[in-house]
Amino acid sequence: MSAMIQAGLQHYLIVSVLLFSLGLFGVLARRNLIVIYMGLELMLNAANLALVAFSHFNANLNGQVMVFFIITVAAAEVAVGLALIVALYRKRSTAHVEDLTSLKY
Amino acid sequence: MEHANTTVTAAAPAFSSRPEDLAWFILLLPLIAAAGIAFFVRKSNVLSAVFSIGAVLAAFFLSVGLFITFGIGGEATVTTPFSWIHVGDLNVNLGVTVDRLSVLMLLVVTGVSALVQIYSIGYMHGDRSFSRFFSSLSLFTFSMLGIVLADNFVMMFVFWELVGLSSYLLIGFWYEKPSAGDAAKKAFLTNRIGDFGFLIGILMVWAATGSVSFAGIAHKLGADPAALGSMASIAGLLVFCGAMGKSAQFPLHVWLPDAMEGPTPVSALIHAATMVAAGVYMLCRTFFLYQVPAAWPGPLSFLGSISALDIIAVIGGFTALLAALIAIQQNDIKRILAYSTLSQLGYMVMAVGCGGPDAAMYHLTTHAGFKALLFLGAGSVIHACHHEQDIWKMGGLWSKLPVTFRTFAIGTAALAGLPILTSGFYSKDAILDAAITGGHPVLFGLGVLVAAMTTFYMLRLVIVAFFGAPRTEAAGHAHESPNSMIWPLIVLAVPSVAVAWLPLGDFLSAHFNPHFHPHEGGGIFGPFNHAPLAATFGTGALLFGAAAAFHLYWNAPKDPLPGQLGLIGRAMKNRFYFDEIYDGVLVPLHDMLARLADWFDRWIVSGLIIRGVHGSTELVGRALRLVQTGNLQTYTFMFAAGVAVVVMIALKLK
Amino acid sequence: MPQLTDLLFYGFAALTLLFGFLCVANPLSRNPVTSAMFLVLTIISMAGLFILLHAFFLAAVQVLVYAGAVMVLFLFVIMLLDLKEEERRKLRKFTVGLGAVAVAAIAGILIKATLSAVPLAAGKVVEGNTKPLGVALFTQYLLPFEILSILLLVAMVGVILLSKKELK
Repeated sequence: MSAMIQAGLQHYLIVSVLLFSLGLFGVLARRNLIVIYMGLELMLNAANLALVAFSHFNANLNGQVMVFFIITVAAAEVAVGLALIVALYRKRSTAHVEDLTSLKY
Repeated sequence: MEHANTTVTAAAPAFSSRPEDLAWFILLLPLIAAAGIAFFVRKSNVLSAVFSIGAVLAAFFLSVGLFITFGIGGEATVTTPFSWIHVGDLNVNLGVTVDRLSVLMLLVVTGVSALVQIYSIGYMHGDRSFSRFFSSLSLFTFSMLGIVLADNFVMMFVFWELVGLSSYLLIGFWYEKPSAGDAAKKAFLTNRIGDFGFLIGILMVWAATGSVSFAGIAHKLGADPAALGSMASIAGLLVFCGAMGKSAQFPLHVWLPDAMEGPTPVSALIHAATMVAAGVYMLCRTFFLYQVPAAWPGPLSFLGSISALDIIAVIGGFTALLAALIAIQQNDIKRILAYSTLSQLGYMVMAVGCGGPDAAMYHLTTHAGFKALLFLGAGSVIHACHHEQDIWKMGGLWSKLPVTFRTFAIGTAALAGLPILTSGFYSKDAILDAAITGGHPVLFGLGVLVAAMTTFYMLRLVIVAFFGAPRTEAAGHAHESPNSMIWPLIVLAVPSVAVAWLPLGDFLSAHFNPHFHPHEGGGIFGPFNHAPLAATFGTGALLFGAAAAFHLYWNAPKDPLPGQLGLIGRAMKNRFYFDEIYDGVLVPLHDMLARLADWFDRWIVSGLIIRGVHGSTELVGRALRLVQTGNLQTYTFMFAAGVAVVVMIALKLK
Repeated sequence: MPQLTDLLFYGFAALTLLFGFLCVANPLSRNPVTSAMFLVLTIISMAGLFILLHAFFLAAVQVLVYAGAVMVLFLFVIMLLDLKEEERRKLRKFTVGLGAVAVAAIAGILIKATLSAVPLAAGKVVEGNTKPLGVALFTQYLLPFEILSILLLVAMVGVILLSKKELK
């Protein structure tokens, strides 16, 4: 019984999965590009959480190093992504995905 | 597996010192010439002729050497230096058979081919496709030599088809003439029908004996005559189908007269040495197939003990009679000769059917000589009369074309079988003798009748064309052909007479029967001694035919026969309406089949299958196009769904 | 008996998920600024989870980099673009339904996989302090670290280029 309550690897992983799902839902359901971006950030953070949990329960620092890298890359990615959104907005005056369907052609 | 009474060598090819290995050179020389002309000297008429004639002459002299070797007792060999196909149990070699049969045939083919080619220099002079003609002739010769030398069915079939192809090229040589193109197609397609049977026959023999080589099959059948099972006679008849096409036996005889559309030298070559001889030669080569007891599968068991040979004999005899009847009422000089060839081929096939392949080969050899002579003579006449072919528009040519006339007369005498003097007498006698000893008195009677008719229509041709008064301007101004055309005639006239005194019959009999002993009292009067019945009847038929011809045609202004024969005469003149019957029955049937195939192709293959595939692809494409909204989130959704599926599979979740 | 760390875990986990939900699917507001604010809170709650996992350095970095730098960037862009609220009528039920289905599928599969895994026995704890992480970064992971710095440089140059008024 106590194993069920005691916070183990599985608990963290389930939190990670749920967070990931929330992020995915945000990406799928929201219209605003910036909010979609936030969904992406949530998914990345879910992955971070899983990695840190693995690192902790395996007594291995490699997972944390990986998270460090991910945070760095995510920062760079956000910077570039937001810059793209800005550029796009200048051209199209919109940040709604439904207005951006030129991929069809 | 391949041990018959011939020795099999798998030694290194051609270049050892044995005379048999010359056969490879004989085979390849014309091919080299054909390829050389086609690839290198096409522009030069002189060089083309030199190449072609040089090759075939060299082959001829090699053949003579080979023949002499055999005459003094050479050993039959099969040389198979190259393995060609080796798949599972099927083992096909490229090999040559050198025995009495093939060396004699080599001599005939190269000899006639050489003379025809020399003759062609004059006949084809000025034709703009001169070199193409010689290249095709060389190819034709090569193909025929391949059939002669082949040591197995597969190789023979390949060369068989090559002969078909080269005959197509040559019959349709003047392809700008629609009739020549049609004749070439007709010859090719008619042959194809026979070849179809031939191929099935080969497959049946192979399935039953597990071998395609002649020596192997002969060995197998020698050990176990029932090896072919209940299909023995059917297999034999199917193989005969091939001969039926090439040697123009009823009912596939219709192509041969039309093949006259080709240049006359080609006709000579086809009729004498290369194409039509192939069928008879093949029957003799595979005669072991027909020596097995008759056996029929269930539905055909009512045929009982009637063997394939009996059927072949009847077909041959019928063809001989039919063709002779038609020949009597033809007016075109080449057509008369064409039907005469048909008739003589029927004779040979009948001889094979009566169990006398040696007689058939003997007649084939002599016939090759004098039929080539007759055709080249006819070519000379046509050439002299400015391409007039109707004998009723000639007349009185004997004084204007003395050499042509004399040689043509010799050829006619040989074809009619003038006793003692000509080769035709001896070979024809051998056939009639084979019919008696084979136990076919009816066919013997038929043979005698055909012999009389042969004399009749040949003398009709000679009397009408060469005697009497010239009936047209052209005939009046005819003059002798150039030397290159005259000399081959003279050379060919020699064997028509001289072969008579060579013991060729015995030479061949020894091939088919190792225990054969020459007849007592041979020599030039031999036939009267050992086959008096045949010789006497043959001579009688000759006299009767000659008398009838002189009675009817000497100084006749026009043909008296149609009036006397009435309806039958018209039928004979119109070749018994075979072409019309085929046109009326086979062509609509064929058209129907073609329409059915067309319908099937159009609606089932194109409509259902092709358009079905194309349509469903397009439909799926249209459906998938709806998915391409351009909306990022749609793509993300599909991506997520895909990931879900992949993860599910990767984790093996159920 | 549940220990304090377990209670803290449940607390932070619940907060993380709640804020995350409010970030992507706030039923009251569709303003991007609100979402951004809830994202900050999610990240801070996660930093708490990191601390529970003894990843102290990462917790600090998480707050500094994400909550500080990245979120400022987000807000800055939102302000710059002057984005309005998402219009509510645009939220199509079909899209939301499909999204929910896909999310549920992935979540279901992953949770099932997680639960079917054999639980790890807790081993000795590694401390995610600055020192051991620093040692790992500058010894074992030196090359990726350096490459990462180049990546940041490239990103910087790229962003400057993209943000220029006229893209010529």
